[in-house]
Amino acid sequence: MTDTLLVVIPAFNEATSLGSLLPKVFATGVANVLVVDDGSSDKTCQTASDLGARVVRHPFNLGYGSALQTGYRYALEHGYEVVVQMDADGQHEPADISNLIHARAELGTNVVIGSRFAGATSYPTPLARRIGMFLFRAAVRFHTGERLTDVTSGFQILDRDVLHFLAGARCPVDYPDADVLIMLHRAGFRIGEISVRMYPSSERQSMHDGWKPVYYVFKMALSILVTLLRGSERPGPS
Amino acid sequence: MPIRQTIFSVFVALCLVVIIVELVRKRKLREEYSWLWLLTGATILGVVIWYDALVWLTELIGAVLPTTTLFLMAILYLMAIALHFSVRVSKLDNQVKELAQAQALFEEKVVSDGIRRPRPHAGVANDSNNEDGGARGADTA
Repeated sequence: MTDTLLVVIPAFNEATSLGSLLPKVFATGVANVLVVDDGSSDKTCQTASDLGARVVRHPFNLGYGSALQTGYRYALEHGYEVVVQMDADGQHEPADISNLIHARAELGTNVVIGSRFAGATSYPTPLARRIGMFLFRAAVRFHTGERLTDVTSGFQILDRDVLHFLAGARCPVDYPDADVLIMLHRAGFRIGEISVRMYPSSERQSMHDGWKPVYYVFKMALSILVTLLRGSERPGPS
Repeated sequence: MPIRQTIFSVFVALCLVVIIVELVRKRKLREEYSWLWLLTGATILGVVIWYDALVWLTELIGAVLPTTTLFLMAILYLMAIALHFSVRVSKLDNQVKELAQAQALFEEKVVSDGIRRPRPHAGVANDSNNEDGGARGADTA
């Protein structure tokens, strides 16, 4: 695969998952993989490094959105043209990386989302999360006109213009989901979507456990509201 | 509740909500810190709209007047917000310490690798002429 592509994997205490994930990613032909260790207390950093990934390590946990942004900044500083972001917990199928790349070229969009719901799916989702997904999907459709089916997917391909746009203060530090899609659309970026395979996340604590779903709904609703109030934020020159 | 009190309370609550949303819109306030303030505004509105609840709470805590209950609630809210920020500041203090230590260790590593000379601390002149003839590292990047 092209040397202008970087796969970014934010990871927090994912040593075990990365042990099986990274070989599969490299097996697809991807040459450049960056693991952003978000202050893990296990051997995430060592495991990723041993398996051939580049590693950037936060001194403490900053959150999923900040870890992604670190990956974007790394990509920009090192001249990458395209980033594929994926989760470290094994939810995303590495073989779909090439599908995202081809889709971006065919659709001509700045962003392509890998959706677990676009095709026939048996992906299990708890009821509460399904309700939340439905509401935010409706919000994205209403404000963008795009019939996106998976607005919370972390499996995406982004081009350099989008990386520039999200490398600054605009990128949410936590849960960058539907609000980011609306923000990108209002800034003039084109968003596409394809069907990908996704697997249920592992037993370990996810970022949606405990009281976090309550905060997530509140945060997403407020973030969408202020995104709409801000108006379109046109990107500057790359 | 007298109508003037009701109007004033609703006005204060709405102002608070608008100010908080505006601060978040301008990215001067993060969403994660806004929820307690928005809850405060929502609580004020709730108390005004449902005055009987305030009367019930007044009787529950043994206060004489509903205004006493309101002042008490306000004080407790402010205590909760102050405590919340104390916890956050403590965490930030620890993070700053860790960052400073990591940066210092990294700078030492860069210097010992001979990549560049150490930067002087604030208040110390940057003496680029090493008069004592000691070893000089590579040029500053």
